[in-house]
Amino acid sequence: MNLLSVSNLHVNFHMKEQELAALIDVSFTLNRGERIAIVGESGAGKSILGFSIVNLIGKPGYIKSGSIKLESKEITKMNLRQLQEVRGKRIAMIFQDPMMTLNPVLTIGDQLVETIRSHTKISYKDARNIAIEKLHHVQIASPEKRFNQYPHELSGGMRQRVIIASVLLLNPDIIIADEPTTALDVTIQAEILQLLLTICRDNGVALVLISHDLGVVSKVAERTLVMYAGHVVEEGPTLEIINDPQHPYTQGLLNALPQMTLPGQRLNQIQGSMPSLAERPTGCAFHPRCPYATQKCRQEQPKFIYSGVSSVACFLVEDMLNEFANNDKEIS
Amino acid sequence: MKYTKRDIFHPTSGSRWSHIVSGFVGDKLAMLALIIFLFYCLVALLAPLVAPYDITDPTFMDLINAEIAPNWISGDARFLLGTDAQGRDLLSVILYGTRLSLTIGICAVLIQATLGICIGLIAGYLGGRIDNFLMRCADIQLSFSNMMVAIVFLAIFQSLFGMARYQQLAMVILILVIGLTEWPLFARTIRASVLAEKQKEYVDAARVMGISSKRIMFRHILPNTLSPVLVIFTVQIANAIVAEAALSFLGLGMPATEPSLGSLISAGFAYMFSGSWWICVIPSITLIILILAMNLLGDWLRDHLNPRTYKD
Repeated sequence: MNLLSVSNLHVNFHMKEQELAALIDVSFTLNRGERIAIVGESGAGKSILGFSIVNLIGKPGYIKSGSIKLESKEITKMNLRQLQEVRGKRIAMIFQDPMMTLNPVLTIGDQLVETIRSHTKISYKDARNIAIEKLHHVQIASPEKRFNQYPHELSGGMRQRVIIASVLLLNPDIIIADEPTTALDVTIQAEILQLLLTICRDNGVALVLISHDLGVVSKVAERTLVMYAGHVVEEGPTLEIINDPQHPYTQGLLNALPQMTLPGQRLNQIQGSMPSLAERPTGCAFHPRCPYATQKCRQEQPKFIYSGVSSVACFLVEDMLNEFANNDKEIS
Repeated sequence: MKYTKRDIFHPTSGSRWSHIVSGFVGDKLAMLALIIFLFYCLVALLAPLVAPYDITDPTFMDLINAEIAPNWISGDARFLLGTDAQGRDLLSVILYGTRLSLTIGICAVLIQATLGICIGLIAGYLGGRIDNFLMRCADIQLSFSNMMVAIVFLAIFQSLFGMARYQQLAMVILILVIGLTEWPLFARTIRASVLAEKQKEYVDAARVMGISSKRIMFRHILPNTLSPVLVIFTVQIANAIVAEAALSFLGLGMPATEPSLGSLISAGFAYMFSGSWWICVIPSITLIILILAMNLLGDWLRDHLNPRTYKD
């Protein structure tokens, strides 16, 4: 059985004048110990997806339909108490900015112990031992000293390590990391990613890595979901997607990486920008920016099909596949 | 903001509190205010030991000694600050009075703070209808002058249960009345800070970790909103003492047998123009110095706990 399965998830924002769809028909599965990545531009709905997995979408957002199953339990139908059991204990989350995620007026130790003690009834001393062990685990030097320090006394990378330690406290099955390295500088990014990767591997924790950086994703995730304007547009093994992107959007994202440009050349970019929630175009949401858009793209919503490399929602790929099939028929 | 030598050499060293303490030592006025306040607290605590006479002793009151002027006028070595109309040693009475006034002030503000903090946290964190309801309650409470509520309440109590019963319970009732009428000040301040803190990511992070709302409110958000509370706390103690003094002055406070500073001033007021000015003036000065010190302390705290003047 899949550890986590999200199927046909629709998330809407209930505004005064209209209903805005933030996530449209999102489905994916996650197995125990698997690492997947969710990639897309800002506003694609990546973070919303992360939050909806733990059923914590802030108002005015809400889950309109679809199901999120943790093993056989339905998260969307849980009451608050059951959810609090799931959050932290089964599914934990890491945020982008480690300075903002730590409470500025509590010591590192207080926050870690607080997290443990809100879930299990153990003494302060035992909780402290667990916390220090986890701090040690994320390679923080002299954890006993750090335990009594405040967040502002730590460097950015150190803070993110503390956060990873806090997420590990309750031995969750899934870690959702929402752009965990974006706020850090480049040299530390690699360290933190490596740490996250080893920890997930060693403890058999499944990882959902939310990122806009395909370079980051390629190092960590086994499978990748590409999102655009609330839709999943492409899903498949990370290596396949990077070597042979099917959807024009994925191609655009890959082309935009600085490594894809020769020295002296202008950086590639995808023309235009992501439409806002209120201005989603009809048909395929990507068509205004797509170099291959046809009349059909403007009117109809493409279905998800398996291209042989990855699953894609694009008429271009669909047409190509149909053509191949027809050719095959003619030959035989 | 003034910088002390320490700030220049170690601009970011130490925790937030050590920063505040170091700023404090540099400020002479604040130091003076604190010393005065601590002196009052000490004297109030040790009143039974320090006072030259025991005011609970029945022989203490002796009308032969009534209205003796302070030592430096009358030259009577027994009574440093003179005696009042009942022949009580004014110094002893003032010491006990300070003790009572401070007790009432601090206890009343503790009640205000507890109520206000809980209501403010709940209103700010939960929001929506609960917030609306609680804040409208606060508005209603604020629209009554607290003095009026206290007068009405105390008058009703006195007429219902009689003077004798009232005198026994006077202190508790005063604490309750002053405590219950001023909570909206705390509630509003806390709510405003909670609304700002609630948006921060550490609250999301705590919720994602499955920490319950109660714990998030009291363990995570509350410590972040405490600086304004501390300021209000000091200023409110001064206000509560003044309120008690005013009520006592109006004859609704402490009975003459258990004098607070307010009831002393009130009792002495009658003799003001008959020449025995010290019965009224000396307790008044005692009260004024205490209130001034508290307000200075509050002002200083407000300036230094303000996040705009403090950076870590």
